[in-house]
Amino acid sequence: MSTFKDAGHLFRFAGLFVLAFLVFLVVRHFVVPKSFGQYGHYRGASMGEIAARPVQFAGHEACEACHTDVVEKKKNGKHAQVNCEACHGALAKHADDPSTVKPTLPDTAVLCARCHTASAAKPKGFPQVVPAEHSNGLPCESCHQPHSPGMDAPKADAGGTK
Amino acid sequence: MKISRRQMLILLPAAAVAWESVLAGTPEESPNYKMSEHWWGMLIDISKCIGCGNCVRACQIENDVPDGYFRTWVERYHVSDENMTRPEVISPDGGKEGFPVAQGDEEKYFFVPKMCNHCADSPCTQVCPVGATFISPDGVVLVDQSYCLGCAYCVQACPYGCRYIHPQKEVADKCTLCYHRITKGLTTACCEACPTGARQLADLKDPKDPIHEFLKTHSVQVLKPQMATGSKAFYNDLDGSVR
Amino acid sequence: MSGVEGYMYPNEITLYWSVLIVLYPYITGLVAGAFILASLERVFRVEAVAPTYRLALLTALAFLLVAPLPLVLHLGHPFRSPEMYFTPHSTSAMAMFGYVYLWYLMAVLVLEIWLDYRREIVLLSQSSKGLLRLVYRVMTLGSSNISERSLAIDDRVGWIVTLVGIPSAFLLHGYVGFIFGSIKANPWWSSPLMPVVFIFSAMVSGIAGVMLLYMALTRLRKQTIDMHCVDTIAMYMFYIFIIDFSLEMLDLIHRIYEADESFRSLDFMVHTKLYFSQIVVQILLGTVTPLILLFLTQVVKFPEMVRKRIYVTSGCLALIGIFAMRWNVVIGGQLFSKSFLGYTTYKMSLVTREGLLVAIALTLLPLFFLWVLVKLLPPWPEKSAQTPAAAD
Repeated sequence: MSTFKDAGHLFRFAGLFVLAFLVFLVVRHFVVPKSFGQYGHYRGASMGEIAARPVQFAGHEACEACHTDVVEKKKNGKHAQVNCEACHGALAKHADDPSTVKPTLPDTAVLCARCHTASAAKPKGFPQVVPAEHSNGLPCESCHQPHSPGMDAPKADAGGTK
Repeated sequence: MKISRRQMLILLPAAAVAWESVLAGTPEESPNYKMSEHWWGMLIDISKCIGCGNCVRACQIENDVPDGYFRTWVERYHVSDENMTRPEVISPDGGKEGFPVAQGDEEKYFFVPKMCNHCADSPCTQVCPVGATFISPDGVVLVDQSYCLGCAYCVQACPYGCRYIHPQKEVADKCTLCYHRITKGLTTACCEACPTGARQLADLKDPKDPIHEFLKTHSVQVLKPQMATGSKAFYNDLDGSVR
Repeated sequence: MSGVEGYMYPNEITLYWSVLIVLYPYITGLVAGAFILASLERVFRVEAVAPTYRLALLTALAFLLVAPLPLVLHLGHPFRSPEMYFTPHSTSAMAMFGYVYLWYLMAVLVLEIWLDYRREIVLLSQSSKGLLRLVYRVMTLGSSNISERSLAIDDRVGWIVTLVGIPSAFLLHGYVGFIFGSIKANPWWSSPLMPVVFIFSAMVSGIAGVMLLYMALTRLRKQTIDMHCVDTIAMYMFYIFIIDFSLEMLDLIHRIYEADESFRSLDFMVHTKLYFSQIVVQILLGTVTPLILLFLTQVVKFPEMVRKRIYVTSGCLALIGIFAMRWNVVIGGQLFSKSFLGYTTYKMSLVTREGLLVAIALTLLPLFFLWVLVKLLPPWPEKSAQTPAAAD
């Protein structure tokens, strides 16, 4: 017993540890988010939060639901696999509210050149031209209809609301 | 657009309903999306990439990526005859505005789009001290930005350089495989914007997925296979000089 | 892109781990090294270094108190750091930090200092006045028992604590080495030798630091420096330095010999961007020179004045050299591209949260804490009831 009396201070020190540990357990219970550990060592609810982000690109199926005439023009041409928003930009807002949000027409001088300017780095079979030599300064749509750009396609207007 | 009023009356509500179902809820709440039915990956076909930079721009728009940092980027390789193991690589602003014209038609050039590889054995999720980055049950490596400390350990651990610390939010940030899109039945922004089909989303748990089929019938590679990260970004026609 | 040569992946161009992350392993290294010096006397009964025992413990504590600061200042969200305590990720070496730090602080260092000083604390709690009296009374934890038996118990328990403290010190600093050594993505860091090199260089820096502090403080107090003590410390420093140098040379030779895919890029980096900090400062000035100087003191009998000068010079060079080693690991590991095709530059800012001024302040802060501790808990024999250590 006298050993314990002489070691009393050590028990006090240990007691502090135990107390701190208990406080820690209590705080931890309240602070750790409820969904933590649900699927793994992370907050399960974060996946829902990440997935709830609004989309900016509508996706071609949303466009095709309304713009069926463009779908017709595109389907047998060279741009059949080029999605609408690849050229027209992010249009989820337009798909959400077609009458009030109007997309702007892309500037063909910049747009077409991005893909079709000839470069030794591009795959050999890919259609590419030197823009300055190709059209003598004429805009691309003078000869090519963007939704079906092959030279044998009729040069009617491209479709879509102007 | 030359639609008759009649067509409009039919089409608009149909489109509206279709759109609403696209916008519907979170993965757990949406009746259409079950995490356990998917295991996401990506196919990148080098033979089709033209270096237009559409993907980089689309990603920035879709995900509010800050300037100077990249969730995806495109590299242009030039492998010369004199030094086939040491290519010259450029990525001007990540390829966002395309690339300068390359000269020399006989030279070997190609483009390599890069992104988070959503590794099945990812070294980045291994090192996170608190569990702020993880791989979801459907195979997407994500960052919980309300839990992340911004210590940047994961940035150091990624062999592919796909992570960064967001300059304003001061947390780790990277490609999320457009998780907010793929859980709604859409494809990723980069795949949507790619004009040549060089980037295609793949669902490795879906036997009917045509990309899954492509992976089984072609020789595909991953970046830095020696790292054994279980990378799920598969490349078709990847040259041995790619770093 | 300014500061970039060749090709870097776009996200690699900025360095994410700054000079503060260089400072953190340096500080914990000093802690571990100082503690090892203290354990030489307490566990290994090297009586000669007894005059530095208490000073070494206080030095370790002063630096340990500052150690979390560079980390907290670096974090994007410092107020989320408690997450490391609540949800530590078991696969992450960094997650260990919270618990290892707390263990080492409370269960090793504070406990050992408290046990060693308890008699003085109780006496001072009775003899001081005012606020100081309150401080000492709190430190007694309400117990004023300083009987022979209780002090004997303290001594025994203290011995066990020091014994446990040695692997704890290795863990405190070794895990930092593992944080770097386990990153397969970075070939400059990835190595099983990394934790071992960190530990041995930490011991050199800690021992050098305590030796210099002992010599400086003794001079300031106008007392005589115990040369037998300092000679012994220098001898241990020399042998540990040899081991450290051998390990670093082994790493270098192994790299050069295997010449894997990263070698050419790293080799070029060492010869250009890291030339000054690695070849000149770390190796030549910071390792080879002090080793030669210390070697001379081991084989030639120099007079006391010369030996003092050599020890001070070697100690200072070693401290600088080991800081340079941390710099070369942390900063060097981020200067080259993981594509092995390019390099970037570290633009260290001056006045920002992670800038040079903060780094300097954090290096000086432990000295301030040490000053407070020395005032509060004097380590010097004449002020305590302990008999001074024998001169021989």
